[in-house]
Amino acid sequence: MSEVYRPVGGKLLTRQFYFLIVLSLIAAYFLGRRFIFGIGDVSNLSDGYPWGLWITYDVVTGTAIACGGYAMAVAVYVFNKGQFHPMVRAALLTSVFGYTLAGASIIVDVGRYWQLYNVFLPQHANLNSVMLEVALCVTLYTLVLWIEFSPAILEAMKANRALRMLRHILFFFIGVGILLPTMHQSSLGSLLIIAGHKVHPLWQSDIIPLLFLITAITMGYGMVVFESLYASVNLGRKLETDLLAKVAGVIPWLLITYLVLRIGDLVVTGDIAALAEPGRPQVLFALEMLLFGYAILSLLSRERRIHPTHLFWSALAVVLAGALYRFDAFLIAYNPGPGWHYFPAVGEMMITLGVISVEIMAYLFFVKKTPVLAAGH
Amino acid sequence: MKIDRRDFCKVVVAGAATALSGGVAEARPPKELPPGAVGILYDATLCIGCKACEVGCKEANDMPMDHTSCAEQAYGVSAVWDAPDDLNSRTMNKVKAYAQGTAEVKDRPHDGYSFIKRSCMHCVDPDCVSACPVSALTKDPVTGIVQYDPDACIGCRYCQLACPFNIPKFEFDKPFPKIVKCQMCAHIQAEGGIPACCDACPTGASLFGRVPDLLQEAHRRLAFKPGERQSYPIHNLDGGETRMAEVHGYHPKVYGETETGGTQYLMMAGVPLENLGMPALGSESRARLSETIQHGLYQGMMAPTLLLGGLVYAVYRNTAEDREDPPEAAAGKAQKAEEVRDE
Repeated sequence: MSEVYRPVGGKLLTRQFYFLIVLSLIAAYFLGRRFIFGIGDVSNLSDGYPWGLWITYDVVTGTAIACGGYAMAVAVYVFNKGQFHPMVRAALLTSVFGYTLAGASIIVDVGRYWQLYNVFLPQHANLNSVMLEVALCVTLYTLVLWIEFSPAILEAMKANRALRMLRHILFFFIGVGILLPTMHQSSLGSLLIIAGHKVHPLWQSDIIPLLFLITAITMGYGMVVFESLYASVNLGRKLETDLLAKVAGVIPWLLITYLVLRIGDLVVTGDIAALAEPGRPQVLFALEMLLFGYAILSLLSRERRIHPTHLFWSALAVVLAGALYRFDAFLIAYNPGPGWHYFPAVGEMMITLGVISVEIMAYLFFVKKTPVLAAGH
Repeated sequence: MKIDRRDFCKVVVAGAATALSGGVAEARPPKELPPGAVGILYDATLCIGCKACEVGCKEANDMPMDHTSCAEQAYGVSAVWDAPDDLNSRTMNKVKAYAQGTAEVKDRPHDGYSFIKRSCMHCVDPDCVSACPVSALTKDPVTGIVQYDPDACIGCRYCQLACPFNIPKFEFDKPFPKIVKCQMCAHIQAEGGIPACCDACPTGASLFGRVPDLLQEAHRRLAFKPGERQSYPIHNLDGGETRMAEVHGYHPKVYGETETGGTQYLMMAGVPLENLGMPALGSESRARLSETIQHGLYQGMMAPTLLLGGLVYAVYRNTAEDREDPPEAAAGKAQKAEEVRDE
């Protein structure tokens, strides 16, 4: 914490902020309906598609997008890239809200939310369940994220004594905070193994945990770059392009590893043959490859990487590619059998939009009121 | 990042090795049929589509009528009848018809028709039981019945995703919903009875019995010649009741004998079961694969513990600077001690 962090300051209740409030209120209306009339009242979820937008976006994609804190912690604390230290706090901020709201959406999505605590009771634990691992890991990691982020809050509160204490034990939580996402981001992929033939062969794979883990890390870095550039422009701060280009430099190598593993696995298992048939999954697969390919090519070249516009669009492509991969695997290329269809209902989409709005509002509040962004960078 | 690339490669190799060790690690052995496993043999060639089993099922399990069918909605009619299109959160047992071409003759793949009765398959190695995070779905160690405990269930619906037969149903239309699935009338069996569907079936198309005996009975039937008259047990294989019926001819397969590691609800028909909407499944359950990969990666939490040790050490080494007190506070230890004493 050799860096100095400062609140950005400025007016919080801007016109955009009011718009986000309106979106959240609409979501609150649908949330009310969901808890009074049931999940079916606001969603198009069915027995064929028991998991829809909420799980696929809010939890599976949302936590991957929130992997910035994890990805930056790996770079700074495992590979000792101290130069990135100033960016850790901002990354943690998006992580803390991404995960907290993913956890909150679980309460909306599960049918018997009042019994959710059963997940923590040893007498109910099913150690064979991938879901149990995901549930415990995500909950624990959300707590760890708040601990990792707490220095920013404590500094704002001027709680120096607590800060000093925290400084000496934080390394342990940082370590745990790297282990837990490694576990659950891969397990989020493993969730699909048991679904067998319902997941299209182009996505169903025995190495899906590794594929989900690698893309989660790339999405983390991608989001750090994207968010930093976006915030710099909109909060009127200096661009950190040099540093961001270095962060982005690792993404293409991770993505190449991912593509080699994914396509290699398709070839070894013979599932690559599914590409020969024309159809929607094949188009989606091609679209994913285009996004991944564009991100790789664009970020491999240093000249393009240090150009803010190119950096911005390729970072966005990294996030979108990983998101599309998750949407395809969980939803679009998921086929429970003839007769079942799914497209999210308005209520479902509004609730998800509300979650995103709350996330952005919380981000703005903390960035403007607490010392999160590094001063002078 | 410059030198990172080498470090990065190390991590990738280590990660890949960990992932691959999952495949190398010994696969979880397949689950065995429980000693007192009971089941149902459904013979589509005996089924006349009367749906007495559906009525029996609803009565025995206190289930409401269903008014969600396409026909009722299309014509805007609704009355005292029960006519669900398929299994749903009010229907745990459903007879459906399959027709091909002119549908003239029963139990014939071409220009024929057949019935199929769907309900929980009570898998020997159930994916839903493996998937459930809170053990709300369990397999009885003796009877092998897959049962549901609403007091444990959190409503995550992972069982629905996991089930290869799309059996567990969820009450999406209720504020306090439950999972609904056939539990082979465990409450009736506990009092010495047999499942309501088998009790209601007048032709023996649904036959209750011990699974090994049912398999034997199924293979006895496969040897029958079309056209001959044979004796078929009805209701309960051990009940002694039989009836004579003409053999329609069988598609040479007992569905559930091997599918997804075996099921306790067995099916046979005159047409391939795939035509009747049953998925073509391998002989190994997905639960086995999922557990093998997951436990292979975690090695009983050994791998995460080791990784955590390494991570905490690496972080500790790389945060030496962070742990130091900032200049204003680190002016002297004495000063700090004073502060503490003051408070």
